[in-house]
Amino acid sequence: MMNEGLINEGMIGAAYVVAAVLFILALGGLSNQEKAKRAIWYGIVGMALAVVATIAAASAAAGIGQYILIGLMVIAGGIGGWIIAKRVQMTQMPELVAGFHSLVGLAAVFIGINAHLEMTRALAAKAAGTVGELAGFAATIANKTPVEISILKVELFLGILIGAITFTGSIIAYGKLAGKLSSAALTLPGRHALNLFALLACLALGYLYLDGAGLWTMLLVAIIAGAIGCHLILAIGGADMPVVVSMLNSYSGWAAAAIGFTLGNDLLIVTGALVGSSGAILSYIMCKGMNRSFISVILGGWGGETASAAAVDGEMIEAQADAVAQAVQDADSIVIVPGYGMAVAQAQGAVSELTKKLRGQGKTVRFAIHPVAGRLPGHMNVLLAEAKVPYDIVLEMEEINDDFPSTDVVIIIGANDIVNPAAQDDPGSPIAGMPVLEVWKSRQVFVCKRGRGTGYSGIENPLFFKDNTRMFYGDAKASMDALLRELSG
Amino acid sequence: MKIGAPKETAPGEARVALTPESAGRLQKLGYDCLVEAGAGAAASITDAAYADAGVQVVESVAELWSQADVIIKVREPSVEEIEAAPDGKTLIGFIWPAANEDLLDRMKSKHMTVLAMDMVPRISRAQKMDALSSMANIAGYRAVVEAGNHFGRFFMGQMTAAGKVPPAKVLVVGAGVAGLAAIGTSVSLGAITMAFDVRPEVAEQIESMGAEFVYLDFEEASQDGAETGGYAAPSSPEFRAKQLEKFRELAPEVDIVITTALIPNRPAPELWTEDMVEAMKPGSVIIDLAAERGGNVTLSKADEKVVTDNGVTIIGYTDFPSRMATQSSNLYATNIRHMMDDLTPEKDGKPVIDMEDDVIRGALVTHEGEITWPPPQPKVKAIAAAAPKKKEPEESREEKAAREMAEMKKSLNRTGVMLGIGSLLILALGTVAPPSFMQHFIVFVLAVFVGFHVIWGVAHSLHTPLMAITNAISSIIIVGALLQIVSGSFLVMLLAAASVLMASVNIFGGFLVTRRMLAMFQRS
Repeated sequence: MMNEGLINEGMIGAAYVVAAVLFILALGGLSNQEKAKRAIWYGIVGMALAVVATIAAASAAAGIGQYILIGLMVIAGGIGGWIIAKRVQMTQMPELVAGFHSLVGLAAVFIGINAHLEMTRALAAKAAGTVGELAGFAATIANKTPVEISILKVELFLGILIGAITFTGSIIAYGKLAGKLSSAALTLPGRHALNLFALLACLALGYLYLDGAGLWTMLLVAIIAGAIGCHLILAIGGADMPVVVSMLNSYSGWAAAAIGFTLGNDLLIVTGALVGSSGAILSYIMCKGMNRSFISVILGGWGGETASAAAVDGEMIEAQADAVAQAVQDADSIVIVPGYGMAVAQAQGAVSELTKKLRGQGKTVRFAIHPVAGRLPGHMNVLLAEAKVPYDIVLEMEEINDDFPSTDVVIIIGANDIVNPAAQDDPGSPIAGMPVLEVWKSRQVFVCKRGRGTGYSGIENPLFFKDNTRMFYGDAKASMDALLRELSG
Repeated sequence: MKIGAPKETAPGEARVALTPESAGRLQKLGYDCLVEAGAGAAASITDAAYADAGVQVVESVAELWSQADVIIKVREPSVEEIEAAPDGKTLIGFIWPAANEDLLDRMKSKHMTVLAMDMVPRISRAQKMDALSSMANIAGYRAVVEAGNHFGRFFMGQMTAAGKVPPAKVLVVGAGVAGLAAIGTSVSLGAITMAFDVRPEVAEQIESMGAEFVYLDFEEASQDGAETGGYAAPSSPEFRAKQLEKFRELAPEVDIVITTALIPNRPAPELWTEDMVEAMKPGSVIIDLAAERGGNVTLSKADEKVVTDNGVTIIGYTDFPSRMATQSSNLYATNIRHMMDDLTPEKDGKPVIDMEDDVIRGALVTHEGEITWPPPQPKVKAIAAAAPKKKEPEESREEKAAREMAEMKKSLNRTGVMLGIGSLLILALGTVAPPSFMQHFIVFVLAVFVGFHVIWGVAHSLHTPLMAITNAISSIIIVGALLQIVSGSFLVMLLAAASVLMASVNIFGGFLVTRRMLAMFQRS
């Protein structure tokens, strides 16, 4: 039987339960900003507890060499993570998150393959009657019944499949978000059939594996699943990225849970399930924000490409910084609607300056955040927080939508589809039914935009042609700086 | 080009069309500004203040007219002014073309380009140059101040050591721009304010300002105010009778009446009759803002103050904006400046008359030797027609209960079906899977449930930190790698070590970046 380590099974179980509870508290603490600052410590303590308990438990079999190896790896990884976390710009958050996901995915694949290797070894040892020499995970496997071994294989297969999709998908998402790959959707002919075929191939290989085929099947599954991940994410356009990143977040959790089943480790299962459901909910919220089904987002492209939107007539009227400044000076209540354009232009600092100045003059300044603004759920909130905009004036769509009729001036910075009235008025519009910020109900709207083009979705925005809308062309940061100069001079 | 503002010639007119502030803006548009010496004196703007703003102060009116290309004025020019003017000038000011056809002819023959500020169409784009509204706003404010001046009591009710003072009751008739301004002023002074208008759609605006809308118990297919450009239309005799009856009822109660009712191109409707004045308490004050157009009050006289036998003061002044010349000059000059803004799209100091532009076309009364008044219908409707209010049929209590019951049943059914399918699946799994697996599976299902409940509570604004922290804790996979690293196999150890490395990057990076983000969220 297995040797006792520094601590016994029961104590490990206790440590794991505490860690799981701490993780739940960490996630639950994010319900508001003040609690969240404490909640993160729950997560850190939980993680430390889990790692230390695991190392202590493994100590029975571990030699000094393995301790050194673990120590080296943790320190090296820690330093790497530390440097990345310190250096990253808040605007790079989406690609950072995507990048991190790829690591979890790859680790899941490695651990899955390891599990197979250990299993083969354990079974061989069992046959040879040398079970007593096995240690760690291999020893656990050796005690399993044939049915349990089959289930183990299924779990292993799932872990590797999801892990590989997460790995390559996250890398592609990282590339797209970091601007290293074109963010346009790649649409190969017959791409749905291609995905389906690849998935069927994986399932077939999985069946072979269950039937007793060797490691090669799992390696092939990893490669094919990797290809699916690449292709799937390549086919998704830039603005759908919030859904993709949340989805990958979810997958990394499910991969961890699958590995947890393989290893028979409840902590991994619980944590994986928490992360998986968190990502799933975020994806759902994002999809609802765009009034699209999850399937249509994941398979890429707009749902109703054939529908034709009503033509817009009227003219876009341009305004200069002095006119905007004048209107802002005259206004009592101002709402700012930021979009991805603000992040691209790094205009959040200037926007924050503007907010401070206007609030200093006793005006009500608030921010309206659409659920899918930016490239990551909550992206805008983080950028504004970084620029020191107080979070209590940053409101969600539902909180502020009713206030637009009593708002004097709305300034839209680099957002387009999320303020498109066609979503409500024009049933033929591709975004019909999508919830939008009803900015046009305010007295005056200024749209800060780089040029006359349509948004990423290529949909004409009737808002720009409305009587109370003025276009304020230019780079978001340059425009905000010009506005600030006007207000001070 | 040069823009010049002469001194107003109309008697008692204290306003001026150019202020040092607006001059600064006009200079940015590429214009040079001129002003006649002493033009701003009555509005408390000295020549020195103009000179400081870079405005050239010109001694005589003749010199101003000859030097400037664009003349900006408040009142319509007198015949003498037109006769003395050189040919081909551009003139901007209040013109009232409907009442001054003779003037139009004279301006036409002088080849003037004339833009009438009073003809600017009422569309939202043109609000910034709507001088009628800005003047009406001042008139409404001044009406209350003027009433207070003649009224012997407080507006606000007070409890003083010397006894209780009841609040004044103010009735505002007509809730246009002037009426709303009067309502706002009166409410902020603390009076109990009531307001009446024939357009029921303004009730909301009146109530939003803290006044009480006087409802008439009258059923009529009310005309949409949007049809008439936001102005009131004449009402039916039955409606009028009902309205007067209501006023008669209110007359003994109210202390101050401010009437602002006007119908475009018609004499002012007579709304406050002699018997109502008689019914009022001594010391009451009536301000008739419509006095210039015949007055809403039978006894009012334009430009005069009348005190009736029963001690009611009736004021019919028509120059309220001019009585607040500094304020009104400021607003009027800004309106003019906005007009020049639209006239100068290139910002090169050259006005362009764009006949396709609704606002410019609307205001243009003479151009290139032609009378261009009245303008064609604007392309854009003044105010979007209000959607007829649909009344949701109110559901009775039984209907509501039935609906709620049905909804509950539906959701219960759905949950039931889901639960049923779920249980069956788990049961099917349980028949084949060994108990050790089922144990883990239960943990998994429960964790998913807990996850769903916890995550729904996360604030939207914290979704990015949520992703970062779930990312960090999904590296719990490190536990798996740690269990495997102790294996005797070299390959396994290598892969496990690599996994530990990657997971560590994630743990440290994920937690740190989350902390960085959360620390940034600051309350104001």
